Amino acid sequence: MGPVLAGVLQLLALIAALALAYIPLGNYMARVYSSDEHWRVEKWVYKGIGANPDTEMTWSAYLRGVLAFSAVGVLFLYLLMRLQGVLPGSLGFSSVNPAQSFNTAVSFVTNTNWQSYYGEQTMGHVVQTAGLAVQNFVSAAVGMAVAVALVRGFARSRTGELGNFWSDLVRGTLRILVPAAAIAAIVLVACGVIQNFSGIHEVGQFMGGSQQWNGGAVASQEAIKEIGTNGGGYFNANSAHPFENPTPFTNLFEIFLILVIPFALTRTFGVMVGSVKQGYAILATMFTIWLGFVALMMWTEFAHHGPALQAAGGAYEGKEVRFGVGVSSIFAVSTTLTSTGAVDSFHSSFTGLGGGIAMLGMMLGEIAPGGVGSGLYGMLVMAVIAVFIAGLMVGRTPEYLGKKIGTRDIKLAACYILITPALVLVFTGVSMALPTPPHSMLNAGAHGFSEVLYAFTSASNNNGSAFAGLNANTDWFNTMTGLAMLLGRFLPMVFVLALAGSLAEQKPVPVTAGTLRTEKPLFTGLLVGAIVIITGLTYFPALALGPLAEGLAS
Amino acid sequence: MNSSVVNTARLLGAGLRALLVLTLVTGVIYPLVVTGIAQGLFPGRANGSEIRADGKVVGSSLIGQQGYSLDYFQPRPANGLGENSVNTQYKLILSGATNLSADNQELVKSVEEAKARVLKDNSTPDHKVKPSQVPADAVTSSGSGLDPDISPAYADLQVHRVAERNGLTVAQVRKLVYDHTEGRTLGFIGEPRVNVLELNIALRALVAKG
Repeated sequence: MGPVLAGVLQLLALIAALALAYIPLGNYMARVYSSDEHWRVEKWVYKGIGANPDTEMTWSAYLRGVLAFSAVGVLFLYLLMRLQGVLPGSLGFSSVNPAQSFNTAVSFVTNTNWQSYYGEQTMGHVVQTAGLAVQNFVSAAVGMAVAVALVRGFARSRTGELGNFWSDLVRGTLRILVPAAAIAAIVLVACGVIQNFSGIHEVGQFMGGSQQWNGGAVASQEAIKEIGTNGGGYFNANSAHPFENPTPFTNLFEIFLILVIPFALTRTFGVMVGSVKQGYAILATMFTIWLGFVALMMWTEFAHHGPALQAAGGAYEGKEVRFGVGVSSIFAVSTTLTSTGAVDSFHSSFTGLGGGIAMLGMMLGEIAPGGVGSGLYGMLVMAVIAVFIAGLMVGRTPEYLGKKIGTRDIKLAACYILITPALVLVFTGVSMALPTPPHSMLNAGAHGFSEVLYAFTSASNNNGSAFAGLNANTDWFNTMTGLAMLLGRFLPMVFVLALAGSLAEQKPVPVTAGTLRTEKPLFTGLLVGAIVIITGLTYFPALALGPLAEGLAS
Repeated sequence: MNSSVVNTARLLGAGLRALLVLTLVTGVIYPLVVTGIAQGLFPGRANGSEIRADGKVVGSSLIGQQGYSLDYFQPRPANGLGENSVNTQYKLILSGATNLSADNQELVKSVEEAKARVLKDNSTPDHKVKPSQVPADAVTSSGSGLDPDISPAYADLQVHRVAERNGLTVAQVRKLVYDHTEGRTLGFIGEPRVNVLELNIALRALVAKG
């Protein structure tokens, strides 16, 4: 069997596994967010928080909860890193400097997990396990909460009520993420991912001498890193490190973990709006884009254009032998079409076009299938845009899921899709115009520009992967990518929740013969087209200067 | 004004309490329970899959090592591997890739040099290695810099050299490689591979047996 056929078979196995999980997980999550009952442990948690989980919130109250919880999260994580030097369980690592602490705290709270530090030489047990890994859980739960609030906006009518943020946060964490992560972590350990608190210790080598290893709670963090589409590696090499991803099976399993919740949330959406077909239409849109990107990435990586890859006879630079080119391509697409950013191979050494595909995946807004929660709400905003475009074409007031898309709604959706490109292009442009930031580039020419473009694309879209040759641990990049992550996460959330509030207040309009049937393949086609065209027009000039220039030259 | 300050403070207080409670669950209880189960069920794997030779720990079966003499099978290049540069009390290994782009002249040069070295090292008087025989993994650095494996093609290419240097027959060494070649999981997951450390441990044992 050749590597291409093996890659395709692994792709089919992955799709089969995702398909099996889709209905049960999607239905389960719908029950989690719709149930009236509280678990006993949840009641204790609500008592600890001092919040009544049955109080319905307006969109602005919901938003205030999101912002307050996230602000406290940033501050707490920042202090934890600033104080690492004096905390116990820090393995003797010193405190992290202010710019890097800010960057890292924002990075994990925004579900980005951009890392300007090297995990194994910077963070001790306490910061990794009680700081960073905690945000892996709760930032994912916040994303799902906001998505569920938007879904309620579609599902409810004549109300200002979108649910209770604390209840959604706690349930998402305790009923979905913790059990899933615990199971996944045990599977990973069974395959060789480490899970101990041995800290830094010497291990003998075959030819004599010894290596210093940094042991920690890796499996427990790896599991939620993938399930929560976070992506921040315990080690610098992320999921390429054998202690994070030891075997071909764990590799495929980790891709499954990345994709399973974002895809299944379309089922949750369908159930909650009372039409699973609407969920299938959104799923079909996400799946079409994801599969198309996988096919393109596998094609360009197996073709291995580029002088160095031609000289080597294959695109193995930055890739592990046990994974191979095919599945490394699937991983790269899955991590950049979600907000994950974990890597099992290093995107900077991909073919020029391969790096461009990774970037374009993020530029689509990470909606196919996207981050946990953020993928669904991003895709629903694009659906609003698509019905608006369709409405313009036929001269009808656009409707989606029985709600009229009015002026206010379309303004909010338009703000949502404009904010991230504005952040990406302005930060990249300013960084290129200033004298010193370009000194951070490792590679010359088009690829050097791509490193900066990739950095701000990744930060603004809350992805976290990188063309990692860029030295991002400078005050400029720590501060600016930090701001890009903050604005790229929370401004869209403001627009999404405002949109949810506006939709919830409406009374539903009846379906007539003139209604655009959004559960049909025609709409899926329209939506895919709208996404590709809007993103393409926005980013084409920037892509032409970077990955396209590199890819077409070789 | 005052009431909005009070409300904000109340909200931040709720946020802080939520964070602390969830930190207890996801940052303390969860990792400790997972560690307990992992250490109870899979202590060897949870602690790094250490591998022994002659009663001594000689590394992990998952982590590649550098510095083998030419008597042994060679691993992949690891130009992305770094050394700890922050905490000077440790000499931690820093995992990572080169991150050099496909059109980077430095990378082209290092690939060409690696290829020339592979050709020179592995050609023996009665066995010439051709450039077309050198697989991509032999001349490129991995993502982690710690890749424990090489492709069966790269292991096969080294057989003549290893046999000659250790006074073994080519058939003996080829069998050794064959025995240590791991196919795709279930026939289709991942790529076929040879674990360099395990192969070299077996090689040393074979040489010692004479």
